[in-house]
Amino acid sequence: MTGLLQTEAFDVEKVRADFPILKRKVHGKRLVYLDNAATTQKPQAVIDALVDYYSRYNSNVHRSVHTLGEEATAAYEASRERVAKFVGGEPREAVFVRGTTEATNLVRYAWGEKHIAKGDLLVSTRMEHHSNIVPWQLLARSRGATLKFVELTPDGHLDMGSLEELLRESPRLVAFTHCSNVLGTINDATAICAKAHAAGAVTVVDGAQSVPHFPVDLASIGADFYAFSGHKMLGPTGIGVLMGKKQLLQDMDPFEGGGEMIREVFDDHSTWNDVPYKFEAGTVNIADAIGLGAAVDYLTALGMDNVRKHEVRLLDYARDVLSGVKGLQVYGPEDSQQRSGLVAFNYADVHPHDLATILDEEGVAIRSGHHCAQLLMRCLDVPATSRASFHVYNSYDDIDALKQGIMKAGAIFKV
Amino acid sequence: MSSADIYRELILDYYRNPRNFGKLEKFDIDSHDTNPLCGDEIEMQIRVDGQNRIEEIKFTGKGCAISQASASMLTELAKGKPLEWVRQVVKEDVFKLLGNPDLGPSRVKCALLGMKVLKTGVYGYLGAHYDEPDDRSG
Repeated sequence: MTGLLQTEAFDVEKVRADFPILKRKVHGKRLVYLDNAATTQKPQAVIDALVDYYSRYNSNVHRSVHTLGEEATAAYEASRERVAKFVGGEPREAVFVRGTTEATNLVRYAWGEKHIAKGDLLVSTRMEHHSNIVPWQLLARSRGATLKFVELTPDGHLDMGSLEELLRESPRLVAFTHCSNVLGTINDATAICAKAHAAGAVTVVDGAQSVPHFPVDLASIGADFYAFSGHKMLGPTGIGVLMGKKQLLQDMDPFEGGGEMIREVFDDHSTWNDVPYKFEAGTVNIADAIGLGAAVDYLTALGMDNVRKHEVRLLDYARDVLSGVKGLQVYGPEDSQQRSGLVAFNYADVHPHDLATILDEEGVAIRSGHHCAQLLMRCLDVPATSRASFHVYNSYDDIDALKQGIMKAGAIFKV
Repeated sequence: MSSADIYRELILDYYRNPRNFGKLEKFDIDSHDTNPLCGDEIEMQIRVDGQNRIEEIKFTGKGCAISQASASMLTELAKGKPLEWVRQVVKEDVFKLLGNPDLGPSRVKCALLGMKVLKTGVYGYLGAHYDEPDDRSG
C-alpha cells in the first residue's frame, strides 16, 4: 500500500493486521472505517479474551468457591485494576457499568436523587452528548432543580466567562465533556474541575471521547465522577466504567437493588456491600469486563502518547487534504493540539446522510447526523454534520479514500 | 444499484427546487414529524374542500435529498385526491415516485417520512370528523 502513514509512533501496517475486520470488503471495496467516535473495531487480542473466558473459565464471580469461579473472579478484578490504573485511578473507585450513559444515569439516581433539592442549580454545557444532558434534565424535573448550560465560543470552545457566571450561582453539579464528540474540542478538565469545586459543585466528566484517544490522569484532573465506554476504546460493547471518588460513592444510595450489591438482607431493610460492589447489582458483565482489560493492555502496549501522536498526524493530514475541497466546512478549533482525532464537516448542500450513502458505496464508513448532540447542532445552526473519526489503525490512505468519496458525491450532486 | 442511480437528476431537482414547498395561510390539517435517527424534519399543511378532497397541500422541512424529494413528490400526487385516497397509499408508491432506488433499512425511513406525516395528519383529521354523516361509510 502506498502513502501509508510513516510514523515513529508505531507501525500502522502491523497494527492493522491485529484487527481482523479490516480484511473485509464493503461493496467490493477495502473497508475504510472512519466511524471510531461511534465505536471502534476490536483487535484479535480482545476477541481472544472473550473466547478464552467462555471456552475455558466461564463462571459467576464473587460467589463460587470452585476453580472456575475463582479464576473468573480473579480475571474480572484484575481487569478492574488495569482499567483503573489506565486512567490514573484506584480500583476501588472503578464501578463497571454498561457504558457512559449508564454511568451518568447512575450518578443521577444514586447521587442526584439523594443530594439535589428543590431550587438547586445543575450545570451542563452546549457541547455535550445527550448522555450528559438528559439525565440532568430528568434529575432537575424530579427534584425541582434548574438546569443551565455553559455557552460556546464561535471557535468551538467552552465559554469560560459563561462558566464563571454560572459558578457564581453556586451550582450543586457541573457536568461537562472532556472531549467533544463533534467539535473534537479537548476541554481543560483539570481547570474546570478546580473552578467547579471551588464553587462547591460536584463534577461529572464525560470521558467517552478522551480515554480512547489520549492519556488521561484522573489523579491530576480531580473529577468527582469520570465516565467512559469500553467499546470506543477497542473493547467490547456493553461495558464501561464510572470512576468516582470513594467518599462520594460510599455516601451514595445504591443504583439498582439485587444480588451482589448487598451485605445483609432482612425483612424490611438491607445493608450495602462495599464500593464499588454496591453499584454492581446482579451478575455483572464478566466477559466484556475481561475484554476491556485486554483492550487496555493493547492500548498500553502501543502507548497512549503514541496513540495521540498518531491521531494528531492524521488530523493534520485530513485538514490539509480537505481544505482543498471547495464548499467543505470543518467545525471545531483550528489548532490540532486542542482537538482530538476527528473531523466534523458539511459539504456544500449535500446532506450528510446522502454523503454517507455515497461514501458507503466506496467502502468508506463515516457517521452522519446530529451525533446525539442536538444542542450543539443548534449552536452550529445545522441540522446535521458528517463526521470522520480516527483511531490507531487509520492511515493517510483512509483519508485519501474519504476525499475521493467526497469528490464523487460532488460529481453526483453537481456541486 | 449505485448511488449515482439513487441520486438521479429527478431527485436532485426536487431536493433543490421542491414543489409545494411553503406554508398555507388557511389549513385544516397540520402534521409534523422528525426522524430521530437523522434529524430529518417534515411539516405538511392541508386545506380540505367540501367534498373531503385535498384542495391544497404544502410542506416545509429540512433533511437529506431523499426525505425532501419524496415529501415534495408525495404532495404533488396527493393534491386534488380524496382524503380516503391517503389510506390506500403504501410505501411502494413512494419508492415508485423515487424511481425504485435500492435503499438500505436506515435510508428507507428517510424516504417514508413524508408518507408518515401525510398519513398521520389525514388519519387524525378523519378520526376527528368521524361522527359527521359524510364519513359514516368510511
